[in-house]
Amino acid sequence: MTEKFISIEAIAKRYPGADGATTAVFENLWLSMARGEFCCVIGHSGCGKTTVLNILAGLDAPSEGAVIVDGQAISGTSLDRAVIFQSHALLPWRTVLGNVAYAVSSKWRSWDRAKVKAHAQTFIDLVGLTGSEHKRPSELSGGMKQRVGIARALSITPKMMLMDEPFSALDALTRGTLQDEVRRICLETGQTAFMITHDVDEAIYLADKIFLMTNGPGAVLAEVVVNPLPRDRGRTDLHRHPLYYALRNHIVDFLVTRSKTFAAETPAHDPRNVPVVHIGKPGLTVASSGDEQRQTWIPGTSPGLTA
Amino acid sequence: MTTASLRIRAGLVSIVLLVAFLGVWHLAVRSTAPVATMSAEYAKLMGLTATQGKSAMPGPLDVGAKLWEHVRRPFYDNGPNDKGLGIQLGYSIARVGTGYLLAVLVAIPLGFLIGMSPLLSQALDPFIQVLKPISPLAWMPLALYTIKDSSISAIFVIFICSIWPMLLNTVFGVASVRKEWINVARTLEVGTIRRAFTVILPAAAPTILTGMRISIGIAWLVIVAAEMLVGGTGIGYFVWNEWNNLSITNVIIAILLIGVVGMLLDQILARFTRMVTFPE
Repeated sequence: MTEKFISIEAIAKRYPGADGATTAVFENLWLSMARGEFCCVIGHSGCGKTTVLNILAGLDAPSEGAVIVDGQAISGTSLDRAVIFQSHALLPWRTVLGNVAYAVSSKWRSWDRAKVKAHAQTFIDLVGLTGSEHKRPSELSGGMKQRVGIARALSITPKMMLMDEPFSALDALTRGTLQDEVRRICLETGQTAFMITHDVDEAIYLADKIFLMTNGPGAVLAEVVVNPLPRDRGRTDLHRHPLYYALRNHIVDFLVTRSKTFAAETPAHDPRNVPVVHIGKPGLTVASSGDEQRQTWIPGTSPGLTA
Repeated sequence: MTTASLRIRAGLVSIVLLVAFLGVWHLAVRSTAPVATMSAEYAKLMGLTATQGKSAMPGPLDVGAKLWEHVRRPFYDNGPNDKGLGIQLGYSIARVGTGYLLAVLVAIPLGFLIGMSPLLSQALDPFIQVLKPISPLAWMPLALYTIKDSSISAIFVIFICSIWPMLLNTVFGVASVRKEWINVARTLEVGTIRRAFTVILPAAAPTILTGMRISIGIAWLVIVAAEMLVGGTGIGYFVWNEWNNLSITNVIIAILLIGVVGMLLDQILARFTRMVTFPE
């Protein structure tokens, strides 16, 4: 788990503000992910989550720093990194099959029509849209549109998936179903996934690691919370896990209070060695994003813990 | 059900309005004016207006009879000043078609370039803003002097008047393609040319077609005036020639036909616009 499949190194994003000054959304941000890991970023609006995702996708360039994916610094977009957009971003003049086939034919340009179609069909079936191939996006519900977006992203067999609040526009029931689908697909295919969300429960259900970001401008990655729930967790009995509420309370507390006060309270915060938080496992030490070994635990969450 | 009955009711109202209009027209041009008593010699010099109190304005029946004559023989050619209406309309449509197609060939690729490049867009904006409001007929003397051919000058005038709505709409359509669609193409590593044809063109097509529809309307408005100036052939020349002949009947027929052809051209473009419009 210490192998860095994705490594964001000292990136900054600055925008020119009024009177010639520059506003930094974030400075010196370090973040790493292992292959096959599902990571969620949580933070308030304006903390630069989407900017980080766009930089990872190659849609935006950092003002400083670099992003290394699979041992190579990225420059621009790549078919290795698929994006699932918040607004699904389907091409409305194409059918479901046409949208997925567009991605497939972009990746394998020499494939003939039949091969592209067959490959696209596999992924339409995977997201459960069999029978709707020839519908246009306007004829689909919000959930179905996002399924097409997922199928399109998966169809190019990327090395990682980037998701920008993919389910935020959906109703709770559809969101739950799609979370199940995404979890199943990511586990089956061993996808590395980076997802932005506002939904604490979504992060707990899906993520292996949760990145907590403070408020911008000048946002920092405050903590990396390792999800203590078992990998084979189910949606229905999630909340019965002994560490569920400790984890949830920790994240909610961060969002409610610590995201504002973090910078003032933690002057010695080292962005290169962001503390890795293990809920209820004080004994375990895991390397942080830097080389230095650090550990943090949440007091009062583990029965065996004494101060 | 409701829409069908609405359509029938609207159709009925249209027919009633048409009949009422024709009735009023018919009554208005009846011989009602007082007939002056005059000697037979003098009466020969005067028109029907003076001798029978008949208005010089033809009634709907006169126009209908004359129209039927034209419809039966649309393509006769009795020399430069007496050609069938089909021939005259054909000349006008050919001029509009040529000038318009040339404008399409220039405006759409140029609009694409300008729309995709913020630099060109800002650099060319002042020129477009100045050239756009110029009445196309103001170009006529310049065209006649440089081209030295009245028929090609008319085509040039059509070209210059239909280029602006198409150019501006193409620029606007291309520049306002949704960012997320562009981003989809970028994440799929789609090259510029393929992106232009598979994302930008379909996304901007409804806006471009709307510009083309505005252009064809303007071109058809302008051709009548242009042909009145250059003369020789065309429906605009026909109108002016019949005015010189004092044939109000033919002028009214020409007005009617200009309207019908204009409507058909607009409908053709409307159909194309519907073909490329996508629901969101």
